[in-house]
Amino acid sequence: MGKGVALSTAEPMGATRWLLRGHSALVYAFFYAPIIVLVFYSFNESHLVGRWSGFSLRWYEAFVQNDNIQSSLWVSVKICAASTVISVVLGTLAALSIERFRWWGQKAFDAVLYLPIIIPDVTMAVMMLVFFGETAQLFNVIPGVDLTNGLEKLVLSHVAFNISFVSVVVRARLANLDEAMEEAAADLYASRWQAFRRVTLPQIMPGVLGGALLAVTLSLDDVVVSSFVSAVGATPVSVYVFGMLRKGVSPLINAVSVVILAASMTLVMASLVLERATSSRKR
Amino acid sequence: MDVVVEPGLEHQAERARSRQGLLMGLPAMIYLFVFFVIPLGFVVMYSFATRTRTGRTELAGWNLEAYERLGETVVRAVAFRSLWIAAVTTILSLALAYPLAYFISTRRPATRNMLLVGVMIPFWSNFLIRTYAWRVLLDSDGIFTRIMSGAGLGDGRILFTNKAVIIGLVYGYLPFMVLPLYAAIERIDWSLVEGARDLYASGWSAFRRVVWPLSKPGVIAGSILVFVPSFGAYVTPAILGGNKKGLMGSYIVDQFMDARNGPLGSSLSVLVLVVMLMGTLVYFRQGGRSL
Repeated sequence: MGKGVALSTAEPMGATRWLLRGHSALVYAFFYAPIIVLVFYSFNESHLVGRWSGFSLRWYEAFVQNDNIQSSLWVSVKICAASTVISVVLGTLAALSIERFRWWGQKAFDAVLYLPIIIPDVTMAVMMLVFFGETAQLFNVIPGVDLTNGLEKLVLSHVAFNISFVSVVVRARLANLDEAMEEAAADLYASRWQAFRRVTLPQIMPGVLGGALLAVTLSLDDVVVSSFVSAVGATPVSVYVFGMLRKGVSPLINAVSVVILAASMTLVMASLVLERATSSRKR
Repeated sequence: MDVVVEPGLEHQAERARSRQGLLMGLPAMIYLFVFFVIPLGFVVMYSFATRTRTGRTELAGWNLEAYERLGETVVRAVAFRSLWIAAVTTILSLALAYPLAYFISTRRPATRNMLLVGVMIPFWSNFLIRTYAWRVLLDSDGIFTRIMSGAGLGDGRILFTNKAVIIGLVYGYLPFMVLPLYAAIERIDWSLVEGARDLYASGWSAFRRVVWPLSKPGVIAGSILVFVPSFGAYVTPAILGGNKKGLMGSYIVDQFMDARNGPLGSSLSVLVLVVMLMGTLVYFRQGGRSL
């Protein structure tokens, strides 16, 4: 709120005020109603999606017993872990390099770094499909690399979009930091590495963790790119569920959805709590 | 006593630092070059390549056929339908988000943070699942349909129509609109509004002459962030839409999966990319920073 003017200036009076409140309440209802309905119906006993016939956990049991879903979940966990670790390292280095140094060609790098964030999923998916189609053989020459196995292609393409998101989050953190701390460390004869490890790294850690959580979320979220590069036998859960959804609704999908939703919401909460904790410490 | 700075030494130190910066950025740079820039180059090449009879794409016999096909009636219809849906989605999102963003930014800080978290949670929750939730809601004997027919508001069966797609897109991308709008409105210096009111401006004209112009960067940023992904949307029409091949995203996917026309799929992807780049240029011209 700008310059200490009372909130009352901004608050409309009379009917408009209540319209504004009512509208906002409705938008929040719009945000959450579908999610609540989905959770509610996942406990439905009936196998008709729209008809409530009693509380039951049978669809969660079916979920646990479904080997295809279980194995696709495992694929997702692997892709998530690998792509997050790689993109956090590369993204953090990129953020440091842009925020803390000046070098020739930096502007161009900065621009390219933004592209994966704004590029539509479909275009990215087409890019990856065409690229691996043309170059898989070349990569397979490298010992230990086998791109016919979908898992590696999935990790490689997830890293391609995650690096950018990680670096944006870390850069936001770096921009708010005082470089004087690092300079003070250098004045006290710390080597650059020591200054980085003891001063910079602990300070940017919340940004790095935030970036990691974002990478995990995006990796779990991705459907389009993954369905273009995944091979038989390495289907991540999002692609598997998407395939099920296109065939139609079933209470089993509701249960799977609620589990995925719970996982992604836990991640969001974790990152929000993290952000809160670190920003309040700063004040 | 003056400190004598040796220009040569200073210069050398600067160059060493610049080299260090370059080295730190290098791994990501190489990675993005190999797994982003080169793939992009391949798509551009494909769009000028030849399609063989069997549906393979041959990187030879460069031609503009795939771009000429963009003028065909079928393709144009797909593009315009997508533009139309993206435009409606953007306008609806703006209409829903503006009052909300205004409401949030005029709360006390504690309330404001809570309300923002309320927007952030769906923003980062699984997109696919959130879209699917509408499938459950709009199902022919789902809650929405029953409420609509119960209230006598006509036939509520809108699943598998463009209306359902628009609802899904608005639902999916609304946070993209709320957050930049909030950022813009929150920054407004309310003493300007107070000044306008002191000069006998009505509440409405103070809004129209002061608040709205000042919040415009947020309006533009939010509109682009909603319009661009809506234009190329694939998941939402696939789950909620009727004609599965009638929109840009699905049409592109179809070129690679069923129609086996790599060049056309690629020229369409380039088109989507151009729309995105134009949007981004406007965004940065308006002083937009990161997301």
